[in-house]
Parts: sequence; structure tokens; C-alpha cells
Amino acid sequence: MKVFKMGKILFCIILILAVTGCASGQASSRTPPPVIDTGIDPEDWARVPAGEFLEGLNHHEVMIDYDYEIMLTDVTNAQFARYLNQALQTGELKLRDGNILAHYPGDPFHSYNHEVEIPAGDYLHMPLSDPGVRIEFDGSSFYPKDGYAYHPVVLVSWFGAKAFCEFYDWRLPLEFEWEKAARGTDGRAYPWGDEIARNNANYYSSHDLFEKIAGGLGDTTPVGFYNGDTYEGYQTLDSPSPFGLYDMAGNVWQWAGDIYEDTHLRYMRGGSKENYEYNLRTWTRNNASPGYSSPNVGFRCVRDAAP
Amino acid sequence: MHALKYRFNYLFRSTIGLALVAISLIAIVTAIWGMLSGPMVEWGVRDIVVRFLGMQLHPAEREGRIIMLYHSIAMAVVAIEVYFITGKMDMEGHQQSTINATVTAGYIISMFFGLAFAYFGHNFVFHGLYLFGLSLMFFSGILLAAALWPWKKKYRIHDNSYSQTRGGVSLERVAFFIMAAATLGSALFGAVTGSYWGNGHETFLAEDLIREPHKNPLQLAIIGHLHIMLTLIAVALTLIIGRWVDFKGILHKVAMPLMIVGTIIITLGVWAVVPFEPIAHTIIYAGSVLVMLAALMLVIFTWNKLIQTGLEKKGIQKGNFWQNVKALVYDPLPFGATWQMVFMNFTVSGIGIFMAVKLDEIFRVWPAREERIVLTGHWHILSGIIATIILLYFADLAGLKGRARIWFGWSVIVFSDIAFAAVTIFAIKRLFVGESEQQMLVNWSMLIADAALALVLVAIAMFLLWRLFDLFKNDGRWMRELDEQGLQIEPCKPVHSSTALSAVRPELDEGV
Repeated sequence: MKVFKMGKILFCIILILAVTGCASGQASSRTPPPVIDTGIDPEDWARVPAGEFLEGLNHHEVMIDYDYEIMLTDVTNAQFARYLNQALQTGELKLRDGNILAHYPGDPFHSYNHEVEIPAGDYLHMPLSDPGVRIEFDGSSFYPKDGYAYHPVVLVSWFGAKAFCEFYDWRLPLEFEWEKAARGTDGRAYPWGDEIARNNANYYSSHDLFEKIAGGLGDTTPVGFYNGDTYEGYQTLDSPSPFGLYDMAGNVWQWAGDIYEDTHLRYMRGGSKENYEYNLRTWTRNNASPGYSSPNVGFRCVRDAAP
Repeated sequence: MHALKYRFNYLFRSTIGLALVAISLIAIVTAIWGMLSGPMVEWGVRDIVVRFLGMQLHPAEREGRIIMLYHSIAMAVVAIEVYFITGKMDMEGHQQSTINATVTAGYIISMFFGLAFAYFGHNFVFHGLYLFGLSLMFFSGILLAAALWPWKKKYRIHDNSYSQTRGGVSLERVAFFIMAAATLGSALFGAVTGSYWGNGHETFLAEDLIREPHKNPLQLAIIGHLHIMLTLIAVALTLIIGRWVDFKGILHKVAMPLMIVGTIIITLGVWAVVPFEPIAHTIIYAGSVLVMLAALMLVIFTWNKLIQTGLEKKGIQKGNFWQNVKALVYDPLPFGATWQMVFMNFTVSGIGIFMAVKLDEIFRVWPAREERIVLTGHWHILSGIIATIILLYFADLAGLKGRARIWFGWSVIVFSDIAFAAVTIFAIKRLFVGESEQQMLVNWSMLIADAALALVLVAIAMFLLWRLFDLFKNDGRWMRELDEQGLQIEPCKPVHSSTALSAVRPELDEGV
């Protein structure tokens, strides 16, 4: 009898879990997101002047003694699709088994503890078969999926991000360059200040418009989404960095260009839509092997400042 | 006035009362601070709690806050273990009361002022008091090590069924002593480094440095410190559980030397992380194997004892497989405490070993944040398992009987293990599913973990409420426990705790 009662209670618990779990699962099915014009031009660049800034959690003074320019937003699917079409024509990219690959000359290798050799060879730039990719290939050209043209490009490996920037004679930002562009010179925690609200950025459970549409872990937001405008009833806060950059916190992690001695790992900054807010602090670092690609990782480029 | 005095005596002088206060404080801290993270953030509960309590959560101070929170809870856990040890091991009455008083003042001061400093503005007097509390904890550790000194003549044993030297020195007491001494040294390992705070040593969480190819000596010392302290808490608890079940016989004779040598090797291995990092891990693995073998012997002994006594109760001389299993799980408290040690191998040790073997091939291909989830999941589960073992032991100590004993015991075991398993699956999800398709698995594993943990917390809350209501009764259980420990009439009377404690746990001595 006792066993029967316990069984009933356990059955009820399992039933509740099943109902709520399935409901959450069903919400994750993807539908094309609404096309939103944020008014922030992803082709624009911001100038960061030479000078010191307060770096890291502990505010070390770091000098960057040159001006540089950095993209106002993450590279978008539209921009990356355009690049893929151009690079395919010049023969710099290879398509193999649903993957985009290209040659990389390799890294210096010191056999340090946990260091993995990256020899010269062809490396993955983007796995086109991954369901998270927002770019399609029709056999002759690449184009962004419906509704995603102005969302940040994702599932690009470090090799792919570097190749994109270098194709246009730009480069990936160094970690110091990225951080200075994100937080300015006053040591703030987030690009817009020291506090974070849910409508400052796209992060885990920030309840943004696209999270509501996609459910659960959410989706990317269009670049420049957090500019103070209201979209379909969803009010955003204007959240640029001191140099006017958007999306320097949340949405997608951004690859940095540094290659450090004794490790093959590459670093990322900014946090993503699938991280809690503390990952969005401007000094937070993430890293992965350079061939890693993810629906939460994108990038932007820097270039030398015009004289 | 007498009523208050008696209750004060019970709560702050008896083993059960002291442990009850510490468990209650941990429960309160966990309940409040648990609302600052995880799903509570998603549901907006954190914002309400922060506003209501006036907390100040500057983003740049998160690491420091977490370090002080961990220390606050860990100090209370250490205090509970100290109460159990002073209650279980023979020592002078004045030693027991001095150690208990010092450790109690230490953990309460460090918990109260540590949390006040970290979460309610930075009054540096509070920071000083927090350090004072930690210092008292350290001092109580010195007193404990001195009280446990195993080579005193009066602590020599003459019963051959326990592990001992030829001269009668109890090797179990040596194991307790070594654990206490190793804990003191390892506390210094962290404290010396921490004292450089403001002089070049910067706050960090160990999980944020995992992939840094070059770590400085202070960083290595802190990483070593947190690992060895949790290990030694687990070693202490294993020894305490051994006393609870009256671990003896051939397995005890083998296990105690293994525990002593293993504890020494692990501790030296961790200390060696600073000067000899490349070989330190190998030393630690060697020590861990010995300690885990000793724990395995405790589990075999306990399960065998539970089966034997369970069968005897039923009048069965030799049981078949199902009769043996039924006898084994009849009492969920002693079974649960040892089962959790076994379960730990699936969710902590097993995952840890797999991770170490496949680190570069699998885990270091993932982003650091994924590896960080595995690591934090790993030691949260280990801490959780330690907590459940303490609770199961304490429930027995506090005289939980009958149906409540069965329900509480099985609720803690089943729901905590479901939660730990779900967290493990969440942590290593990348082995089964890609990031673009993880939604369903994340939803399910988190939902199951949260629901199961909530049910464990409900069981604990009901248990604590039972003890709280008992305190309002003039002739409650607390009064009998006070009497049993001889604290009601003669507060400083020497206590031979093994006798006193066995009175409140007749089931186990009778073989469940």
C-alpha cells in the first residue's frame, strides 16, 4: 500500500516534469525571425584614439599607442555571404562535405603542456550542414537565410574570421584593442556603464523579443538592436560603448586575433546570448581551439586608422 | 530564564544542538543566496531579494563576493565536522568544550561579517572581523589536533578488532590527527597567499584560470588550497562515518594505514603544486587511490554489517540475493551515507578521470566556458554529496525514527542523486549533442535538477522544522539530549561521547 502511494507521487512528479519539459522543448523550434531595421549600419567603423585604458577586472593601466578603427557592429550574415561569394570566385575557399575550408599556414609549436600543434593545412571555416548556420549555398552562391541578413554571422571558426578580415586587408582585433573599444578609458564593467538591465543586451534569459519567438536559449538579435528603439512593443535601452560600438556585450562572443606562446587556444570576448550576464563584463575571456565554431560565436574586424 | 539557559546550553554546548545551529545557518544562507543565481535570476527573484535586503552587487566584485560566500559556508561545514569529531573521539571534557566554543565563535563571526562585507557594502571593520573569525577557526584546529594527539597512553586501545600499532596506538586516531594537521597546513597554504591581497595578489576564481599555460605561484597555491580543503573535508567525513558504523575488523586494519598514507601523499602532492607542478598531479593521483580504497573498505564493511543485522532481525541465517538487498536498504540513513560515497564515483570521480584522460582530445576543443561548467558542476556535486552524507548522519544523531526516518532518508538519497545525475548530464552535454540542438536536453536536465533539488530542500526543511518545534516543548527531545550529554546539571562535566551518542542511536548499534 505504502509502495503504491509513493508510486503515485512519483508518477505525478514525472508527469509534471514531462509536461513542462516537453512544453519548453516545443518552444525551441525555429521560425524565421521578423526583419528589423535597427538603423545602425554594419558597414560603419568607429575610431579609437591612442592612449591608456584600464584593462581587466583589476584595472591595469595599458597603453595602446596608435589610433585604430573597429567595426561598429559584428560582421553580419549578409556581409559574410558576400565575402564567401567573392572568396569562392578567387579560389581562396574550398567546399568539401558541406564544409567551407581554406588553407592556414600553421602556428609555431613548442610542445608545451596541453599545447596542440596547428600545422599548415586546410581548416574548417564554417560547417554549412550545422542547423545553426544562417547562410545557405544553392550550388553557385551564398546568401543569408530569411530574416537573418542583419544578424551577426555565427558558426565561423577563428580561421574563418581571420580569413574574412584579411580578405579585405583588415585583421581581427587584439584582446587589448577589443577591450578598450568596449569599455573606453574609465574602467566600466559593461560598454554602457556599470549596471546591466535585461534590455541592455542579448544574454541568457534576458527575455528579448527574439528569445520570446525562438523560446528557451533564444536567438541572435540583429546588430545594433539595443539602440533605445522599440520593436514590436519591446523597448530596448540605447547601449553603445563609449566609442559608439554596438553589441560589445552579449549576442555572440567575438574572436580576438592574438596568438599566444605555449598555447594553441584562441580567445573570445563579450559573452553571448547563451551566457549569464556576468559573462558579458568587458574583461571576461573565453577561448577554444581555432577550429571551433558555434551558434554563439561571431567576430568583427579592426583596421589601421586613416591618417 | 532557566528555560532560555537550558536551550542556550543545548544549542551552543551539546553536539546535536551545535550541529543543528550550524546546519540551520547554512540552510538560511543557502536559501537566501541561492536566490541570487540560476533560475532565480531568470524568474526575477534575485532582483526582488537584492532590493529587499539592500544588497550591493557591483559587477567587478563578483569574484570576491563568491570567495567570501564559499568560505562562509565552508567554515560552518568544518565546524559541524569538528562537533562530530569532538563528540565521537575520546578527549578531555574541557578540550571538547574549548574546541567547540572556539570553532563556533569562528564560523559564526566569519559567516556573519564575511557576508556583511561582501554583499552589504564594504565596511573594512567587517573584513577584519571576517579574518578574525577565520583565525579562530584555525586556532580551534590547533586545539583539535592537540586533543587528538594519538600517542597519549590513555588513548591506547586494547581491542584487537581495531587497527592499531603493536604498542596499542589507534591508527584511526592517527588518521584523524593526520587529517587535522594536514587541514591546518593546507589552510595556511591558502591564508598566506590570501594575505597578499592588496599587495599584488588579485582576486580570481580558479575555474577562470584553467587554461592559462603559465600560472604564477600565488595562483597555483590558491588552486591547490581549494582542492585540498574539499578533499580533507571528505576525508574527515569518511572517518566520522567510520566511527558512526563502528568500522572494525580486517577491513579496518587495512583501511586505516591506507587512509593515513593516502592523506599524507595527497596533501604533500597538493603543496607540491607550487614548486613542482608537472609531477604534482601524479602524486595526488597516487594518494587519491589509497584514500578511495580505504573508503571502499568502509563501504564494504558497512553494507556487510547492514545485511547481517537486517537478516538477523528477520531471523534469517543466510539470505538470498533479494533478501540481502532488502536488508541492505532497510535503513536509508547508514545505507545512504555510504551509497552516496559510491554514487560519487559516477558523478564526480568517474567524470573527473574521463576528463583527465580525454582533456586535449575532447574537452579543450570546447570553449573554456563549457569546460568551466564541467568543473563547477563537478565540485558543486562533490560538495552536495558531502552535505547529504552529513545530513543523513545528523538525522540519525538527532533521533529521526520510524516512517519519518524512511521518508527523509530516501528523499535525500533519491532526489539528490537525480539532481546530481541531471547536473552531470547538463555539464557533459556536448558529448551527446551539438550547440544548435541542445535546447531539449538543457530544458530537461535543468528542470529535473531544479525539481529534484527543491524536493531535497523540502525534506530538509521539514526535518529542521521538526527540530525547531521540539525546542518549544519543555520536555522535548532536546531536553533528553541535553541530559544524555550531561550538560543540564554539570555543564563542564567530561563527556565520553561514544557512550552518550550511542544512547540516541540505538537502531544502529542494534544492527538497524
